[in-house]
Amino acid sequence: MDALLLHPTTVGGKLLLMVIAIALFALIMALVLFLSELPKRLPSWVTALIFLLPALALVCFGLIYPALVTIKNSFFDETSESFVGLANFGTVLTDSDFLTTLRNTLAWVVLVPVLSTGIGLIYAVLVDRAKVEKVAKTLIFMPMAISMVGASIIWKFVYDNRVGSLSRAYVAVAGWFGDEDATAPQWLMNAPWNTFFLMIVMIWIQAGFAMTVLSASIKAIPDDIVEAGKLDGLTGIKLFRWVTVPMIRPALVVVMTTVAMTALKAFDIVRTMQGRLYHASVVANDFYTQSFNNHNKGVGAALAVLLFVIVVPVIAYNVNQLRKAEDIR
Amino acid sequence: MNGSVTTAQRGGQKKSAPGRTERAARAKRRLTSPWASAIAITIGLLWSVPTFGLLVTSFRGSTKDISSTGWWEAFKFSNWDDFSLEHYQTVLSGAGTSNLADYFINSVVMTLPAVIIPIFLALLAAYAFAWIPFRGSNILFVGIFALQVVPIQVAMVPLLTQYVKLGLNASFWVLWLSHAMFGLPLAIFLLHNFMKDIPRSLVEAARVDGAGHVTIFFRVILPLMVPAIASFGIFQFLWVWNDLLVALAFGGNTPDLAPITARLSDMAGSLGNRWHLLSAGAFVSMIVPVAVFLGLQRYFVRGLLAGSVKG
Repeated sequence: MDALLLHPTTVGGKLLLMVIAIALFALIMALVLFLSELPKRLPSWVTALIFLLPALALVCFGLIYPALVTIKNSFFDETSESFVGLANFGTVLTDSDFLTTLRNTLAWVVLVPVLSTGIGLIYAVLVDRAKVEKVAKTLIFMPMAISMVGASIIWKFVYDNRVGSLSRAYVAVAGWFGDEDATAPQWLMNAPWNTFFLMIVMIWIQAGFAMTVLSASIKAIPDDIVEAGKLDGLTGIKLFRWVTVPMIRPALVVVMTTVAMTALKAFDIVRTMQGRLYHASVVANDFYTQSFNNHNKGVGAALAVLLFVIVVPVIAYNVNQLRKAEDIR
Repeated sequence: MNGSVTTAQRGGQKKSAPGRTERAARAKRRLTSPWASAIAITIGLLWSVPTFGLLVTSFRGSTKDISSTGWWEAFKFSNWDDFSLEHYQTVLSGAGTSNLADYFINSVVMTLPAVIIPIFLALLAAYAFAWIPFRGSNILFVGIFALQVVPIQVAMVPLLTQYVKLGLNASFWVLWLSHAMFGLPLAIFLLHNFMKDIPRSLVEAARVDGAGHVTIFFRVILPLMVPAIASFGIFQFLWVWNDLLVALAFGGNTPDLAPITARLSDMAGSLGNRWHLLSAGAFVSMIVPVAVFLGLQRYFVRGLLAGSVKG
């Protein structure tokens, strides 16, 4: 029974369990639909509840209850037994390693959205209505399909000290300037610059997202507004600055905040490219290390809460901007 | 919340023909400016060369060459007979420590239910929000929408404790349930957005004909929801297949359970510079999501524009 329903070890067993799982939830769905019609004339809120119950149960079990426990744990010690007040937050905000982590996280949350949105926007404008637009866009968009782990390996190879493209290019350029026996720097080891080289991977992934959303909203700018701008004598960069950018402002805000949140929560790149070494860690990575490697529940929970607290102002700004945009319309 | 983007995009499709040609001409002028072309081409190269370099590396036979010469030297005339599939055989067949075939199967087994389960449950929930009026409907919907922004890190450790209590830990159920839970807020939000756009008259007409919820759900709603389901499905597929956090925290690193991302991340640490294995491994893990992505790109873009802010 255990091998069938919990821990299959053969390929056939795994596939069978997969089918069982899907069938189980199909059955739950059928049951809900069956119940919704059983006795005629149910009050509508009962019917609604029947439809909502499976989803609500999972959300409560998997998100709401655990989140509340985490908030509680952040005020307790590493085994969640004795109350320590704000000591965990004190540790996170004063320990020099954690401070480095916070500095790096701040850089990620600010620079990644700005650079990927900037690059995405420039690219969207440049290839808009060009002959090769579709191919050109797919090229930039493709990294969205690749896992951050895969992207990390792709870029680790670029940074490889002996055969990486970047290292070889560095040596070649140094050669032109007369330094024949230059060696490439250890891109991923020298803090604080290594954080920048890790961020490039995230920018590489997110620029495609920015480009796609911004390109759609650029195409949606009504022609008469562009014409009016031209009649006022605006061309080229000025037209871009005074007509295009203000028109797509809501989309810019959405893209920036979305990328900022992704950058804040992702730990895959740092984890895959260097773990907690060389002072390039971020909060999401420290959360993992503390919670699952060091088994320090208190500090782990405090870091998770910290992630949540950083998200709130970003969201508030986003909602506020969107409301403003609605008012104008 | 990204409604502005969606409506904006729809507006864009109704453009008049003269506007189009005018714009095309302007774009052509813009791209003929040498600076603009140079910038576009530079960005295009920076975004494709890294992947291409690793792809070439994965097909180079000589491991000694891989670790001592740049990948572009594979194209030197003297190296033309060096291309081989050897490294793919190595990573897939289980020679040494890097048998990826097992982990690949795990990824498949993990991903399919993790995509299908939230679609089932979210369809039911979205139906209730869109077509069954009840008190508190709006507040509840906004509450679920707001859950999208809660970082999943906040839920992970206590969730794991619960799984251990239930005796489910270190099984596929943990991966399926977790991904379903974490995907549900987005799924409900996205499917509801599409569902409420279904013309009320269609549903009313079915009701007048005496159809109950089951008939309306299967005959009227579901056929119209196929594109929306595809949009969310491809999102969730890429998310689950590419995820590392849930995989590492709940799936450990055993060949019985761990998906390919967990194994690869581990290889990147332990194999360091053995690029012949890492490159082939990376592309084994990428082939499925890239194929799905290229095939269903249309739906993916639609999902993005309909306001998908993944938590």
